[in-house]
Amino acid sequence: MVDITPADAVPPAEVGEMELYHPHSWWTKYVFSQDAKVIAIQYSATATAIGMVALVLSWLMRLQLGFPGTFDFITPEAYYQFITMHGMIMVIYLLTALFLGGFGNYLIPLMVGARDMVFPYVNMLSYWIYLLAVLVLVSSFFAPGGPTGAGWTLYPPQAIMTGTPGGQDWGIILMLVSLILFIIGFTMGGLNYVVTVLQARTRGMTLMRLPLTVWGIFTATVMALLAFPALFVACVMMLFDRALGTSFFMPAIVEMGEQLQHSGGSPILFQHLFWFFGHPEVYIVALPAFGIVSDLISTHARKNIFGYRMMVWAIVGIGALSFVVWAHHMYVSGMHPYFGFFFATTTLIIAVPTAIKVYNWVLTLWRGDIHLTIPMLFALAFIVTFVNGGLTGLFLGNVVVDVPLSDTMFVVAHFHMVMGVAPILVIFGAIYHWYPKVTGRMLNETLGQFHFWVTFLGAYLIFFPMHYLGLVGLPRRYAELTDMTIMTDSAHHLNSFISIMAFMVGFAQLVFLFNLIWSIRHGREAGGNPWRATTLEWQTSETPPVHGNFGKELPIVYRWAYDYSVPGAKEDFIPQNVPGSFGTSKESA
Amino acid sequence: MAVALVLVLVVVGSVLFHLLSPWWWTPIASNWDYIDHTIIITFWITGVVFAAVVLFMAYCVFRFRHREGNRAAYEPENKRLESWLTIVTAVGVTALLVPGLFVWSRFVNVPSDATEVEVVGQQWQWSFRLPGKDGKLGTSDTSNVSAENPLGVIASDPNGQDDVVVEAADLHLPVGKPVKMLLRSIDVLHDFYVPEFRAKMDMIPGSVTYFWFTPTRTGTFQVLCAELCGQGHPLMNGVVMVDTQEDYVAWLGEQQTFAQLSAPQQTGSADPAPAGTVAPGSRISAKLETVEAR
Repeated sequence: MVDITPADAVPPAEVGEMELYHPHSWWTKYVFSQDAKVIAIQYSATATAIGMVALVLSWLMRLQLGFPGTFDFITPEAYYQFITMHGMIMVIYLLTALFLGGFGNYLIPLMVGARDMVFPYVNMLSYWIYLLAVLVLVSSFFAPGGPTGAGWTLYPPQAIMTGTPGGQDWGIILMLVSLILFIIGFTMGGLNYVVTVLQARTRGMTLMRLPLTVWGIFTATVMALLAFPALFVACVMMLFDRALGTSFFMPAIVEMGEQLQHSGGSPILFQHLFWFFGHPEVYIVALPAFGIVSDLISTHARKNIFGYRMMVWAIVGIGALSFVVWAHHMYVSGMHPYFGFFFATTTLIIAVPTAIKVYNWVLTLWRGDIHLTIPMLFALAFIVTFVNGGLTGLFLGNVVVDVPLSDTMFVVAHFHMVMGVAPILVIFGAIYHWYPKVTGRMLNETLGQFHFWVTFLGAYLIFFPMHYLGLVGLPRRYAELTDMTIMTDSAHHLNSFISIMAFMVGFAQLVFLFNLIWSIRHGREAGGNPWRATTLEWQTSETPPVHGNFGKELPIVYRWAYDYSVPGAKEDFIPQNVPGSFGTSKESA
Repeated sequence: MAVALVLVLVVVGSVLFHLLSPWWWTPIASNWDYIDHTIIITFWITGVVFAAVVLFMAYCVFRFRHREGNRAAYEPENKRLESWLTIVTAVGVTALLVPGLFVWSRFVNVPSDATEVEVVGQQWQWSFRLPGKDGKLGTSDTSNVSAENPLGVIASDPNGQDDVVVEAADLHLPVGKPVKMLLRSIDVLHDFYVPEFRAKMDMIPGSVTYFWFTPTRTGTFQVLCAELCGQGHPLMNGVVMVDTQEDYVAWLGEQQTFAQLSAPQQTGSADPAPAGTVAPGSRISAKLETVEAR
């Protein structure tokens, strides 16, 4: 017989679960923290830092496009490295990380009434792997040959050949390794978000009482867990092609007059894998934005979100449909042309649930009590830019219309408006909205007004006219637009104008960063619920919330998240954890 | 107040910009004016929706802005309104999709009288091959590509001997005759794009892709590459000249066939540097210089 005695390191059974993860030192509180809120801030800070790199890269690109031939250091090679890194950083390392790792970590446990994510240690690991992925990405700037210049789509064969910057140097290898790491890290976080939403909701928080923010982030996470594996295998295969000489994506090729050893691979297979991930990715960024903006509009218009159930089903429907539209990015890729019929139809069908969401946002404003706070301003600007960018999607999604516009500046304008500007406006609105919960203080209103107007109008002035450059036929991804018969002087002036607006919008972001830092100490005290909102994160006993989020008892939920201006109620909002019969809860009966 | 006004100005400004902008598509030179018409339909429908949504929003912001004592209405759902809006949207989307698919079916179904013309892309130049007297292009294979046989034509295929090879020079096409462009690449992805023809298609090493069109007016048109193909991408220009039938025949008479080009005394080709003896980096810069010099 063996005596089984508990080791000292194993805490006795009566220690509360929360205690197990409770930080006991500075390091475990602020650095290797297992508190989702700290992880959220780490994710957000890292994403913002790498996002600043992407911002600077966009300035460099605009210098070249607006004033070609003026800046000698921007060679075509450097230009392609800038566009590649700008695109990849913005889509993956900023937007995905910020929405899911940042907002997801902070808001999911608080909004569903949980003490933390269900797997805190794995959650912590997720951040550190993400950081490693970012560092590998950054290291490619310092590697011999510099970062890859294959475009953020990394299409083979050129991505791994000479003639493309970084193709036969370290650039492409570091890029692929970084993406693989990112996906590993994301999967750890993503599993957490999904399980937490499904398993850790507090009593009374039925799925149909969840705030739309949680619905958006939850659906996006499920999609990401299904979509990222496609990118993962594509990256692994391309890494093999590049490093081991396999031929997954490489057919017989002549490179600069010399026959390569590859044969039998399919470049277009990569495109299918990439866009099988890449299109859902658009909605992985958009759905959290949809969810968050719904809550911003509802709270600041003091009115319930219009058509909540329809909004939930639209989110789920868009999420599902987005897996069968990927090849609309490939209408002119040389795939079988009959695919065009199928993918154009699915793509235009997805416009219906998307339009429903837009209607419901503006119908929430109808007969509301609209407070034009900074978060509300950003929400309104989101609707304008999202409608604009969504509608130009109807050009590009409609296969034959895409033929002349594909690979032109029209595409650049479209996707920046719809998945760049619009979601980022939501991020800004969300930061102004939740900053008081995170720090206990309000962001400065005057700086916020400045930031909002320059960003919204500036971004619109950048990307709305840019569509027309595409209509002229000017191709995208040209390091110089000079040697072209279709290029006119007036188009050149428009390019210079767009560049100047880009610098101004970029400057406004520096003001915003200053506001973020300055207001931590100098902002107005916010109190626990400055916006008089209903959702659970505003009902915590302490602001900022401590580890474990809620006090001794978890809140119990009695109603949906949108009891604003309920007839007969004294206040114009009733928090979710307030019992009583005012405005019976409106979840599906 | 100010916010509502700005929203109205965004709509008015966007519409005026659209109407007054000097940036519009180039005069068309092919039969694909169907595509232009589809774009116009799309502009109308999307323009109306954009204006309606943003103006409605501006009205809400103006009419329902917060004033002391205001209280929002409480209306969680309105099934009738929601289904009505869904139906209208579905109708609008169908109105876009149906003409689009109709034109697409024309785009992908090549008329039987179309002449085949092969375009071969390589970093960073365009070459062309036209069928000879037999009207048939000979088969080709990338693994056959060499300095003497830049397009990789298979010499044992009799159909290929009389093919006209136009290496790194202008392509001529007769006006009014449908052509099927067979697109091939011997290195990376490229995309054959002439803005005035409205059509474009990627070229993939290892596959042959295609599109067809009928040139509708004579003139000189610039070919651009529309798929990022490395650092020389913006330099990858070419020329298509649409000729009258007589000019075209005259031009064709001056071209050399594959058989003539591969005769032993004429092996001198555009690229004198023997492959493999110089570092790849300097081969790229040499290539870029040749391309830029043109």
